[in-house]
Amino acid sequence: MSKLDPGNNSEPEVNAVLGAEHGLAPDEYQKIIDLIERVPTFTELGIFSAMWNEHCSYKSSKKWLKTLPTTGECVILGPGENAGVVDIGDGQVVVFKMESHNHPSYIEPFQGAATGVGGILRDVFTMGARPIATMNALRFGEPGHPKTRHLVAGVVAGIGGYGNCFGVPTVGGEVNFHKRYNGNILVNAFAAGLADADKIFLSEAKGVGLPVVYLGAKTGRDGIHGATMASAEFDESIEEKRPTVQVGDPFTEKCLMEACMELMASGAVIAIQDMGAAGLTCSAVEMGAKGNLGIRLDLDHVPCREDAMTAYEMMLSESQERMLMVLDPAKEEEARGIFEKWGLDFAIVGITTDDLRFRVVRNGIEVADLPIKELGDEAPEYDRPWVAPTPKAPLEAGAIPDVDIADALLTLIGSPDLASRRWVWEQYDHLIQGNTIVRPGSDAAIVRVTGHDKKALAFSSDVTPRYCEADPFEGGKQAVAECWRNLTASGATPLAASDNLNFGNPEKPEIMGQLVRAVEGIGEACRALNFPVVSGNVSLYNETKDEPILPTPTIAGVGLIEDLANTARMAFTAEDEIIVLVGATDSWGTHLGQSIFLREICDLEDGPPPPVDLEQELRTGNLVRGLIHDHLVTAVHDCSDGGLAIALAEMAIASGIGASTNAPADPSQVAAFFGEDQGRYVMTLRLEDRDALWDRCEKAGVGIAEIGKTTASELKLGEAKPISIEDLRDRHEAWFPQFMKS
Amino acid sequence: MKSAILVFPGTNRERDAADAIKLVSGKAPTMVWHQETDIPDVDLIVVPGGFSYGDYLRAGAIAARSPVIADLMKKAKSGITVLGICNGFQILTETGLLPGSLARNTGLDFLCHDVHMKVDNNQTRFSNKYAPGQIIRFPIAHHDGNYFADPDTLKKIEDAGQVVFRYCTPNGDISMQGNPNGSINNIAGLTNSDGNVMGLMPHPENLIDPLLGGTDGRIMFESLIGRAA
Repeated sequence: MSKLDPGNNSEPEVNAVLGAEHGLAPDEYQKIIDLIERVPTFTELGIFSAMWNEHCSYKSSKKWLKTLPTTGECVILGPGENAGVVDIGDGQVVVFKMESHNHPSYIEPFQGAATGVGGILRDVFTMGARPIATMNALRFGEPGHPKTRHLVAGVVAGIGGYGNCFGVPTVGGEVNFHKRYNGNILVNAFAAGLADADKIFLSEAKGVGLPVVYLGAKTGRDGIHGATMASAEFDESIEEKRPTVQVGDPFTEKCLMEACMELMASGAVIAIQDMGAAGLTCSAVEMGAKGNLGIRLDLDHVPCREDAMTAYEMMLSESQERMLMVLDPAKEEEARGIFEKWGLDFAIVGITTDDLRFRVVRNGIEVADLPIKELGDEAPEYDRPWVAPTPKAPLEAGAIPDVDIADALLTLIGSPDLASRRWVWEQYDHLIQGNTIVRPGSDAAIVRVTGHDKKALAFSSDVTPRYCEADPFEGGKQAVAECWRNLTASGATPLAASDNLNFGNPEKPEIMGQLVRAVEGIGEACRALNFPVVSGNVSLYNETKDEPILPTPTIAGVGLIEDLANTARMAFTAEDEIIVLVGATDSWGTHLGQSIFLREICDLEDGPPPPVDLEQELRTGNLVRGLIHDHLVTAVHDCSDGGLAIALAEMAIASGIGASTNAPADPSQVAAFFGEDQGRYVMTLRLEDRDALWDRCEKAGVGIAEIGKTTASELKLGEAKPISIEDLRDRHEAWFPQFMKS
Repeated sequence: MKSAILVFPGTNRERDAADAIKLVSGKAPTMVWHQETDIPDVDLIVVPGGFSYGDYLRAGAIAARSPVIADLMKKAKSGITVLGICNGFQILTETGLLPGSLARNTGLDFLCHDVHMKVDNNQTRFSNKYAPGQIIRFPIAHHDGNYFADPDTLKKIEDAGQVVFRYCTPNGDISMQGNPNGSINNIAGLTNSDGNVMGLMPHPENLIDPLLGGTDGRIMFESLIGRAA
């Protein structure tokens, strides 16, 4: 039936049971047999399992991802390549993507997080872009859970250990705690790089009979089936999966990046693809399939770290810091010289063919012969059943107790989700490359564009999972809106976003419903705000023993700053300035459903999340950006978690300047100060600019409320007792280091 | 001023150093790969920050055995100015050009934040544009910055005035409170006994522009330029 070698006798018999062990459902296994008209070899089964798992094939989410807006004036390349490419003018582009490394980071936090950073950096420099910034969105279980501290310590050390050595500034991100992440943490890593628009490299192979070259580190047995592991729920045996976690080597990655940059400049690269999930399999198939070419790999030439690796192991290894490229044969010696200079492997391991087959040879014997296009194109695609989540009823009138506003603020500013993340980001080199204009801990990080005096990029990563849990559609909208708002608050023009969709098991209709509705919300917001999604990643099966994570569609956005003189920070800049709340309706704040106040003070997670009025969001944001550019405002901060009180406290802590607000006319002081109504910014202005500012707001149709003024060194909210900035700062800074020491 | 920057596999702040030098001198430094055996004739050789060889054996230990080091030693002994920043400081102690060594931070974590330092000696070619006792602010970004020297060595260093910068609080107190990594006598940067080689852990090259939050680092490079001019 087959000219293929059945494999050595130690290989297991291939059947539906073995298929199931590889994560292939019975009908998926049958589909393979129908496709190739025979039973696959063991190596082929491994290849199919790698290509058809959820992580690589997006089989549950593809139908919905297609609905996202991915084009726009500034978009050069949307999803489909290693990362999105966006025009920033002057012939330059920013290349960026966010990707999850959730499952490995839970099993082995240091290496899991480290290789998450390594993988996303490779995605960026594979395209010819030198990385200029990274961010990380992290979600951990509740602080009191016995594993949480160990996971935080490992993940933070892993991210720092990799990024610091590689030499890219880690400029922002998020850290949240919630019991629904007790069994599945989230590590979403973002990287952005800079390239010339005419020097972007793609994975599409071109030309028949050209050498396929293996670059970088050697192949070992680490990470085998990593992508398959990331496509299943966890159970008690998860600790046994530690061998499926890859091991990172940032030093090799740094050398690989420099070598690739030299190689790309030499003109030797026809196509290039990094080896990420499912390593050699995914990279080779993708290069061939995209270029309508076959690929023949001779594994005997693959540099190996260990002896006697089988074809199966080599095809599924997720050893890090490796690349595959199609080489211009005329440049072979030059290319080899570059890799020898950097002490890296350079081996011709295959050839492009015109037969559209993916052939793999080991010890002179063909162990796989598969149709290359179908490996990707024929991957299962599901329209999984889903149910719309039930909307939450509004909070009952009596749900909110009357509390002391000052005491509540002190509690919240030092609570796990609002306390300073300094302990985290001081372990990340956020200054290397000498372009970090706004450091971590602000609305958006600002990184100057290398070689320019005035031009910069702004970065922010956002999502409020508790909102998404209560209403995935509004939560999806809110994640996009908050990211867009954070970029706007810095003065940047938001360009585009990357989405990292983290959910539980999609085979459950209620989880699938979260995914569907969140994607719909993201799509609606991205369209309304002209903020296309140019790259992203989906991580499903974040679920342990039937306990799924909170739905967490992280949005990482990039904005452009044409002139660094026209930016804003959240720190107050002077005393006796007017403080205003822009984007407000008649009231200072109304919405306490799903608020941090409700959770931390009332121990209640209830009610609907605050709705996002996208039309209003756009109008307000565009107004705010204009005010920043015209220097009519002196400090700007978006109003988000914890509401107005927290926004004011953060502005005071950042500056050492105090604030005193009027007593709100609102019926509820609590809602006025802690309501999380969306689409609002707190800003300060000089007295003489008052008329101009009100005029601008009126013309834009945006509500504005004067709420108080900046003062010496206390924060006084209405009639509440004043709090010294020192007390606020101490509370804000204390929680994280104390937690990690406890 | 002509300058050269040594580049090892894993060096990652060479561009930052080059930007700073170019900003103050107008001239881009020559990058010298670690396999070279001759460093060009220059006024200043910089050994920049990074993770040479991944810091895998001991920070700076492998780089200190690179081919380029022989010529670095020769030029340093002939009086050429040599500046080692962060990993460069670690490499210079490993070569023996500077006394002492750098161990893991006492808190055991990698640390990246601004620190304050007092200019202990402004009579060096690296610090002549600072006022005596001036309190300045540089960022740090290191895991192994805990300077140590045995008592005899330390005494020699102190007696000879080789300490250029000491960690301090924002008010200028040379105390443990202002010491980020446990360095003995709060030593942040020091020269060799001839005064032509200096190593320091903080990064002057990352605070050279008001946009980046300060210019204290730029003054160090201006001190070097002033001398060369």
